[in-house]
Amino acid sequence: MAQRELLIERQRSMKRFIMQWEWLLLLIFMMIHVVNSFLSPYYLNFNTFIRTPMTFLDKSFLVLPMTFVIILGNIDISVGSTVALSSVIMATAYNAGVAMPLAMLLCLVVATTCGLINGVLMVKFKELSAVIVTLSTMTIYRGVAYVILEDRAAGNFPNWFSFLGWGSIAGIPFMLIMFVICAVLFGILLHKTTFGRKIFGIGNNKNACIYSGIETNRVLLWVSILTGLMAGFTALFLTSRMGSTRPNVAQGYELEVIAMVVLGGVSTAGGKGKIIGPVLAIFIIGFLSYGLGLVNISAQVLLIIIGMLLIISTMILNIRFKRMKKPRVLQS
Amino acid sequence: MVSDRKNLRFKTENFRELGLLLFIILLSVLIQFRNPTFLTFSNIETLLINASILSILAVGMMMVLIVRGIDLSIGSTIAFSGMISAMTVASYPHIHPLISILQGTLVGSGVGFLIGLLVAKFKVLPIIATLGMMNVVRGFTFLVSKGRWISAYQMSIPFKEIATGRILGMNTLVVIAVVIYSAFYYFINHTRTGRQIYAVGSNPDAAEVSGIPKIRIIWMVYILMGALAGLAGVLWVSRFASAQGDTAVGYEMNVIAACVLGGISISGGSGKVSGLILGAVLFGILNNALPLINVSPFWQQGIQGVVILSAVLINVMVKRTNERQALRRRII
Repeated sequence: MAQRELLIERQRSMKRFIMQWEWLLLLIFMMIHVVNSFLSPYYLNFNTFIRTPMTFLDKSFLVLPMTFVIILGNIDISVGSTVALSSVIMATAYNAGVAMPLAMLLCLVVATTCGLINGVLMVKFKELSAVIVTLSTMTIYRGVAYVILEDRAAGNFPNWFSFLGWGSIAGIPFMLIMFVICAVLFGILLHKTTFGRKIFGIGNNKNACIYSGIETNRVLLWVSILTGLMAGFTALFLTSRMGSTRPNVAQGYELEVIAMVVLGGVSTAGGKGKIIGPVLAIFIIGFLSYGLGLVNISAQVLLIIIGMLLIISTMILNIRFKRMKKPRVLQS
Repeated sequence: MVSDRKNLRFKTENFRELGLLLFIILLSVLIQFRNPTFLTFSNIETLLINASILSILAVGMMMVLIVRGIDLSIGSTIAFSGMISAMTVASYPHIHPLISILQGTLVGSGVGFLIGLLVAKFKVLPIIATLGMMNVVRGFTFLVSKGRWISAYQMSIPFKEIATGRILGMNTLVVIAVVIYSAFYYFINHTRTGRQIYAVGSNPDAAEVSGIPKIRIIWMVYILMGALAGLAGVLWVSRFASAQGDTAVGYEMNVIAACVLGGISISGGSGKVSGLILGAVLFGILNNALPLINVSPFWQQGIQGVVILSAVLINVMVKRTNERQALRRRII
């Protein structure tokens, strides 16, 4: 009897393993490459594969903490403005005579502070939804960036600064290396530490977490700080790639980032998701836009495709979770 | 006892509107001191004209927020419906402006119908569904127009007169806004369907159990939002005499901010038309008056953000004090 149950359990876990959203993502990822290589004979070589990510990796640093935020059941739409503000402050500080390494540090500090402010507001004013808090800080951060730089651009960074966005080590872009390191760190943090388990717990049932003694406020605060810090990194890489900065950089990043996270199979209701999904989604959307660019399809079609991917993937996820819920109810 | 409690609630509910009104008056007086042209008839009319499109949208957004939704796609819907009606006018210049308005409204309701389908039927989270539709509709706007603009000389004079004409001595836009406000005031407060919107918003499960067609109500709310956005699109194009692919990018944030200022809770179930008018007017004043008192346009966004945030925070603190007082009274 017990053996039979074990067998069913094993079959079920096998089924669950095969039914994973991430496999579908991997399939889409492969398909994009196959289609792309049909479209252009020059596509399939190691160099494109390694070089192309540089064009879309800057915002991917935001995808990692946003995954945390969405698993928590929150949302953060101020990240784009945080990137803009920290980038603008870094450029202004450098042009005012601060040494570049210090200015870069300042960039990270400013971004982290922005995240901290979001976190403190959310912890102190629990009645407010995350949407409304980050909506208002989004306006404020972007507003401050405009106050500082008005409609000018700031730049003239030292030559070595462009290494961040353009340079490569042993043929592999520096940005890609950094991203892989960050992704691994975030993956470990989410899946292998108690901190990560707490995030899942809070996303699933916040009240239960409070009653079982998890300091939900502290977790929320740390996730906000992490989001800010990663926004600072995004600002560094983005500014380095562009060579100069304006107050309107990174506009609409928040939406793209959220789209990637949701496409990566992270449930917007909170509590479900893996770090690998959003990482795959980054590369799917990135290579998709690269491939569409190859066949001269306009950016507007890409807009439509991303929007539809977002909607369809949530719909599929909804249906899937509904199905998976049923046997669980029977079990208990 | 009962009347006492009723009295208390009456006070707390009106407090924030009264506070908002006082704030508006105080702000107006201060601005008037700095710039005497502020409270002239012509400036007030400009202010109202500028606020009218925003407030038309805010009515729709209020209903969406009441049913615990959010609609980020309205900026795209404005652009789409505006573009389609402008293109129709450009190819058939003799069309009556009323037909243009009707056309825009229908296009908008079509978009709203789709969003409602996703949110109400397929249970996609509103923020995700509208985020996706925002991209899709914006992409279609570019596709339909092939990236071109429709400029003033391509539009017929009656079409442009939708926004510049006068009815009973008032600008048409203001008249339309007033008509819409009156209609929706009646609809929300004095019809069964209107009250059902609140019921669904304050407790969806209870509403469903008591026989309110929840799905249909939510669907209807999104269709109405779409219709109002479509209408606003025609008005927008007529007012600025140009239809572009990137019309009203990010305008949804202004509308949500006006709603929040007007005391509509983003977690659903509460919000009144009277508060909404004040919120829209306050937002209109902020937009209109800051240039008048020589505030640099670059400060505008930051100031708006600070005002939104403080309004939201003050709202929470007032609510907390009220609740504490009510609790104390109950203990005694």
